[in-house]
Amino acid sequence: MRFAVIVFPGSNCDHDCYHAMKHILGQEVDFIWHKEGLFQKKYDGVIIPGGFSYGDYLRTGAIARFSPVMKAVDGFAKGGGLVIGICNGFQILLEAGLLPGAMLRNESLKFICKDVYVKVINEQTPFTRCCNRGDVLRIPIAHAEGNYFADEDTLARLEDNGQVVFKYCDKDGKITSEANPNGSAHNIAGICNETRNVFGMMPHPERCAEAILGNTDGKNILASMLSHSAIFTGACSIRYTDYKQDR
Amino acid sequence: MEKIKKELEVTPELVASHGLSEEEYGRILKILGRTPTYTELGIFSVMWSEHCSYKSSRMHLRRFPTKAPWVIQGPGENAGVIDIGDGLAAVFKMESHNHPSFIEPYQGAATGVGGILRDVFTMGARPIANMDSLRFGPLDVPKNRYLLDGVVAGIAGYGNCMGIPTIAGETYFNEIYNGNNLVNAFTLGIAKKDRIFYGTASGVGNPVIYVGSQTGRDGIHGATMASEEFSEGTEEKRPTVQVGDPFTEKLLLEACLELMSKDLIIGIQDMGAAGLTSSSCEMASRGGSGMEMDLALVPRREEGMIPYELMLSESQERMLIVAKEGMEKEVEDIFKKWDLEAVTIGHVTGNGMLRVKDGGVVVAEIPAKAIADEAPVYDRPSSRPIYQDSIQDLNLDLLPVPKDLNDMLVKLLSSPTIAEKSWIYRQYDHMVRTNTVVYPGSDAGVVRIKGTNKALAMSVDCNSLYCFLHPKAGGAIAVAEAARNVVCSGARPMALTDCLNFGNPEKPETMWQFKEALEGMSLAAEELNTPVVSGNVSFYNETKGLGIYPTPVVGMVGIMDDASKAVTQYFKGEGDTIILLGETKEELGGTEYLRAVHGLQKGLPPDIDLKAEKALQDAVLEAVDAGLVKSAHDCSEGGLAVALAECCFRGEEEPLGCEVSMPIDRLRKDALLFGESQSRIIISAKPEDAGQIVGIMSRHGIPCSITGRVGGDSLKIRIGSEEAVNQPVMRLKETWLEAIPKMLRT
Repeated sequence: MRFAVIVFPGSNCDHDCYHAMKHILGQEVDFIWHKEGLFQKKYDGVIIPGGFSYGDYLRTGAIARFSPVMKAVDGFAKGGGLVIGICNGFQILLEAGLLPGAMLRNESLKFICKDVYVKVINEQTPFTRCCNRGDVLRIPIAHAEGNYFADEDTLARLEDNGQVVFKYCDKDGKITSEANPNGSAHNIAGICNETRNVFGMMPHPERCAEAILGNTDGKNILASMLSHSAIFTGACSIRYTDYKQDR
Repeated sequence: MEKIKKELEVTPELVASHGLSEEEYGRILKILGRTPTYTELGIFSVMWSEHCSYKSSRMHLRRFPTKAPWVIQGPGENAGVIDIGDGLAAVFKMESHNHPSFIEPYQGAATGVGGILRDVFTMGARPIANMDSLRFGPLDVPKNRYLLDGVVAGIAGYGNCMGIPTIAGETYFNEIYNGNNLVNAFTLGIAKKDRIFYGTASGVGNPVIYVGSQTGRDGIHGATMASEEFSEGTEEKRPTVQVGDPFTEKLLLEACLELMSKDLIIGIQDMGAAGLTSSSCEMASRGGSGMEMDLALVPRREEGMIPYELMLSESQERMLIVAKEGMEKEVEDIFKKWDLEAVTIGHVTGNGMLRVKDGGVVVAEIPAKAIADEAPVYDRPSSRPIYQDSIQDLNLDLLPVPKDLNDMLVKLLSSPTIAEKSWIYRQYDHMVRTNTVVYPGSDAGVVRIKGTNKALAMSVDCNSLYCFLHPKAGGAIAVAEAARNVVCSGARPMALTDCLNFGNPEKPETMWQFKEALEGMSLAAEELNTPVVSGNVSFYNETKGLGIYPTPVVGMVGIMDDASKAVTQYFKGEGDTIILLGETKEELGGTEYLRAVHGLQKGLPPDIDLKAEKALQDAVLEAVDAGLVKSAHDCSEGGLAVALAECCFRGEEEPLGCEVSMPIDRLRKDALLFGESQSRIIISAKPEDAGQIVGIMSRHGIPCSITGRVGGDSLKIRIGSEEAVNQPVMRLKETWLEAIPKMLRT
């Protein structure tokens, strides 16, 4: 499979995502400079990495959404392509309107870097295929603006539609306010769009995908994108079912 | 000529206000054979400031050992370089940003990080790890809380945005830093061994290209400000602090590394302290050539800047490049891609002169070598302080051993110098670049090197109270402890960088401390075979005549061949055997126990036997290599009891208890528990491996005793038949975790 890692000025997890997809998962990966308005090759997935696009001097992601490459990402997403935004990438997807809601400053008003636990709420997405519902994953966060916000109607819709993919939880999987590192509404750590092909999360799966780093929980998320393709090519027996029916 | 007339007339008052002595001014007149222009006066004053010229320290720095077969570049360049095998080199340096951080904590600290990052990537290395070494006054003083908050946010703001993990550090609190906090930043980068770039200008006619941010009026005379004591009115110096723009620096980093991957340039240097002035004359001087520049071409962010300001501005995120002739377009295209300016502002000449024009008018013409290398060198008088005997005098008979040693341990764990520092390092991205094998909180930070099996371990250390009480021992201990921390993570110490923070060098007592500390550091660096490859001197850390404790911070770098063998200080499993390596002596002088519990900063610091230290480090590395060591932790501030507690706390994991027995001894119980005898390491191992470890230790002549086992939920230390310490480890951990946040909430 071939993945594109988008590079904005100020992206700084681009190399990490590249490393994870290429050297850990053995996929083809290209860096795509933000000034490219069209993808030159056919991609199976697009990764918008973390960092501080344009320094985040304005609202996080607010300038990056105007980069020419976002047109290509938008078209790719509308055509059903897999798009994952991690951290700043998630913020950019929100600003671009590919995902609903917005990010506020962390409740502590400080940058927070630490391992947190997230619970798999919806395993039936292309990004959580390798997880089971209720799995607790340990994944690091590193952000100052990860306090997810949306109005009550939107939150209710996200919950009902199974668009809430991950929630912050404690080690035992309990979703508590103490386990919420940044004040996120409903403890939300990651959401997807209605068609489930666009996904954003604040924690960094690429940072915990190798044994040498002491944690491989994040690999489940990255590898899920591979099995998704396998599903559609018939190489996998798991069928993609509607989340509501499944419940 | 119109322009020159606009410049201020050089008068004796103007000379004095530039911090130049009469003798120094005489030297300038002799070099030039005429009165300097205003711009020239500015150039000399910054280049001959203590900060840039090292005029008080230069002759003493020669004492440092700087050579080893693996040293590719020692002191004198932008950063030191060592060979780490696999065709790779580690490029690293540490630098102070003390004065600016006191005046404006966020920007001062942020630009400190920005500056040290540029020093490293200007050599062609991609930065992969940062560390910081911080000192503040006590947190019950509101100003110190403000400083800590701003400094940490500034370091985080810059390093996080750049995407460089801050993987280790140290923070001390002592009232001696009330008027002068210390902010020392360390960066390490990785380069291909055969692609190291230097700050040199050669090849007559080669273009001189200015890249990066535009020049503004910020930071003018920053270097001079950093070469003075603080007094009333320091607040007015706020405009001398530069403002950082990490986003632009991130672009500059990527653009420079892209540039360096091609064969386009001769040399490159950061415009750090003294900006365009230092970069131009140092590059010309190193290359044995001259340089001509036209300031009218310099990109600027404000109108009406005069040549003096353009030459002295310390605006951040700028570099000076000497490219190969004809490559200008290609250089410009790379910077354009990254939305950065690249403007040819001059060329290399063969006459050795730094010739600065403003349009058609020459505003400065000085032999480059004279400014860069012929700065005055002072052998300043030094003498042992008359108070030295009295501060070393400690009569322990007057200090009864406390009845409740549990209480003493709790007090120590809540002392902010010992207490857990995650309030600080949680604000730093310490994982970006996905190399961090050992997170902050253990003895050393460890990053693996992608594409190899190797990892680098690094630690910053200095106990400045030791250095105050006995500068030579303190200096030696700073090196030994930094190396020991690296060893505890399983890496072999290879080389060090330093940041020498001292008071006013014009005081003989300060110079004595400086020379003694350097002697101690040199002896230790020689014995441990860890040469000094780069460093920085920060004098004048004084406010209203009161200087800081001598604080020669050491940044040690070590290599391990197999990253998967990295060791942390945390106990790993129930039933493991605890082994104490090294000898515990009755050494309470200078300890955190005396300071935090008894309010005494006195006595002689612990003795350091460098041969024993070396043997200990070799022995531990042998045991680690053999796969026998499950955890290793250096005993430092707070002694054995605190070190054991830290092993039990286990960072983010659930704590584990332990039971330890010490034989009855002639030592005072408080010395046994809280004394800070050097060259001691606590390791844990599987019980069946203990015998083999004891064997290795005895072969190296290391005193070693099996002192206990890991397990339970209490920290228990018996001395003979008495239970000296027995505390639920969870409670101790909470005390230790909560200490700093609690103080910041008040």
